[in-house]
Amino acid sequence: MPLVLERRQERSAAIAVISPLLAIALTFATMAVVFAAIGKNPLYALYVYFVEPLTDGYTLSELVVKATPLVMIGVGLALCYIANVWNIGAEGQFTIGAVAGSWIAVATNGTNAGHWVLPAMLAAGTVAGALYAMIPAICKVRFGASEILTSLMLVYVADFFMDYLVRGPWRDPHGMNFPTTADFDPVATVPTLFDGSRVHAGSIAALIVVMLAAVILGRTIKGFEIRLVGAAPRAARFAGFNANQLVVFTFAISGALAGLAGIIEVAGPIGHLQPGISPGYGFTAIIVAFLGRLNPVGVLIAGLFLALTFIGGESAQIALKVPLDLTKVIQGILLFYVLACDSLIVYRVRFIAPQPRAATGSA
Amino acid sequence: MKKLLTIAAAAGLALAATTLGASAADKLKVGFIYLGPIGDYGWSYQHEAARQSMMKALGDKVESTYLENVNEGPDAERAIEQLVRAGNKLVFTTSFGFMDATVKVAKRHPNVLFEHATGFKRAANLSTYSGRFYEGRYIQGVIAAKMSKTGVLGYVGSFPIPEVVSGINATILGAQSVNPNIKVKIIWANTWFDPGKEADAAKALADQGCDVLMQHTDSPAAMQIAEQRHIFAFGQDSDMIKFGPHAQLTSIVDNWAPYYIERAKAAIDGTWKSQDVWGGLKSNLVVMAPYTNMPADVKALAEKTEAAIKDGSLHPFKCPVIAQDGSTVPCKGGTHLDDGQILSMNFYVKGIDEKFPGK
Repeated sequence: MPLVLERRQERSAAIAVISPLLAIALTFATMAVVFAAIGKNPLYALYVYFVEPLTDGYTLSELVVKATPLVMIGVGLALCYIANVWNIGAEGQFTIGAVAGSWIAVATNGTNAGHWVLPAMLAAGTVAGALYAMIPAICKVRFGASEILTSLMLVYVADFFMDYLVRGPWRDPHGMNFPTTADFDPVATVPTLFDGSRVHAGSIAALIVVMLAAVILGRTIKGFEIRLVGAAPRAARFAGFNANQLVVFTFAISGALAGLAGIIEVAGPIGHLQPGISPGYGFTAIIVAFLGRLNPVGVLIAGLFLALTFIGGESAQIALKVPLDLTKVIQGILLFYVLACDSLIVYRVRFIAPQPRAATGSA
Repeated sequence: MKKLLTIAAAAGLALAATTLGASAADKLKVGFIYLGPIGDYGWSYQHEAARQSMMKALGDKVESTYLENVNEGPDAERAIEQLVRAGNKLVFTTSFGFMDATVKVAKRHPNVLFEHATGFKRAANLSTYSGRFYEGRYIQGVIAAKMSKTGVLGYVGSFPIPEVVSGINATILGAQSVNPNIKVKIIWANTWFDPGKEADAAKALADQGCDVLMQHTDSPAAMQIAEQRHIFAFGQDSDMIKFGPHAQLTSIVDNWAPYYIERAKAAIDGTWKSQDVWGGLKSNLVVMAPYTNMPADVKALAEKTEAAIKDGSLHPFKCPVIAQDGSTVPCKGGTHLDDGQILSMNFYVKGIDEKFPGK
């Protein structure tokens, strides 16, 4: 009895909601098999990964710290992807935002600069991220260059630019030649919210970003334009929307958010600019955007969930003595199932009964 | 379905409770944070090997866990904190870049003991330890100068931090004791562990006529390139002879095991005190792998040099040390540079033509 995927008449709204949950359930099931295969109790392993971090105030706070940049970048990427614009270079925009903001922190380091420093840094990071993201956008609308390739390649340009700065002109003169800037002054640091935890004001900024994006997408003309250009580009043209302008706009917005996330991360939990400021946030945020169904609130949940896999992964290394690679396997399996389940929104699975051969054979 | 989930969660909880309960009995829990993967065959690999030796030596008195591949950025502090929260009472953080994170967590947990490798910030519950790897580098310099036909050595550096710089200087001083005109080419890989980049650097050096390679990065990549190109190389951190059976002359082996065993014992006995240990060849923290692929006279010279460093008759940084710009470095240690000067070294000695990074 062969299986076929058949295109649905309409996208299934019910499956669109169920799909990520189904993906997570399938991930759990697969992981249970993997854990059993390496001789770990699957229930206990899943408990350590996905439940234990939620039972402790400290790990919860670290969850928020880890999710903050993922959510902020993920929301921007979701806006892009809804409009069928493929910004793959958020990692580079994150880095450039961090660099631009750090420039002010480094320039004012050790001076008695006032409280304008942090706001200026945040603004610089946001603007720089937006401008950097507009390079692939303009290349696309002017020259037809694939934004997937150009935005990805600009990640490495940004990385090496930062490398040059922290190893050269911005290197901390008292840093024993380590490639890092001096620690930022207090006026150049994102304040933490509670004593004894690393949750910082950036997390609130991320929440505001989620809310703003939800309002813009759901209740404004711009949001309608984004959705329409993505879903029906021809109809959007008839409606008078300019697809090229939208490419630049969505790139700029997602770049701005990635840049803001970058400078917040550097001025917050890290406290100075150094290579390796991002353990791949810009790329992980792509998973977050899709897992969150390209919906700002969904992205928030997905960001927290992915952060949970990181933190749970560390707990599992400690409690179960499993390698770090298992965490990466989990994330990979998760993305695989998300994409696989998503095909059920547009397609339905049908079993086709085998045709009796005799009818054709008799002729 | 919902009922099934509830049962599953309950089972998980019960299991967790029993597991935690069982492990709490009087064993010292020791945690380790590694910078690289434990399979790097270099720095992290040696720390992991020492952890296993400690487990063997102390048997059921200890229990240990590790976190590998820990980024030196914002994740480090959480990783260390997680180990502490998992009940570890002695925590080894094994890379310089974990220094500030270790200091922060140590401050929050005064009843937990911390050991930070290669750092310089200490506290009542935070010790530091490191190896005098420059002693081994000096011997390597002597061997390299003897073995090189082109008179040009190739050096793959990680970061121009004092530890790496003092290694380069010790190598050249050792080499100059054999051949005053020895040259060295240095490539900064700007990473501790990235086999691809390390291999590229090694290839570039071989292409430029270097016929003895040495490295201050953590993977055996340079050794493998040397083996392919039929030139010589020195291993790093661990004995890398299996990656270069015809290429390896010797290797500086980091022998952390005795230290880990001693410190874990001290923690168990309650005699642990904050300290700063900088052990070398003499204290067996730095060990030379067998001298291989070299004629007997070179091997004899290497062994003689090693013995001289061990008995103190030879100091790699014996005065006068002439800096690259021709000035004489102040001789603060009497007959040799003192530890402070070696630990903060940020100049090249005379005979190195390369520009010092950032100067």
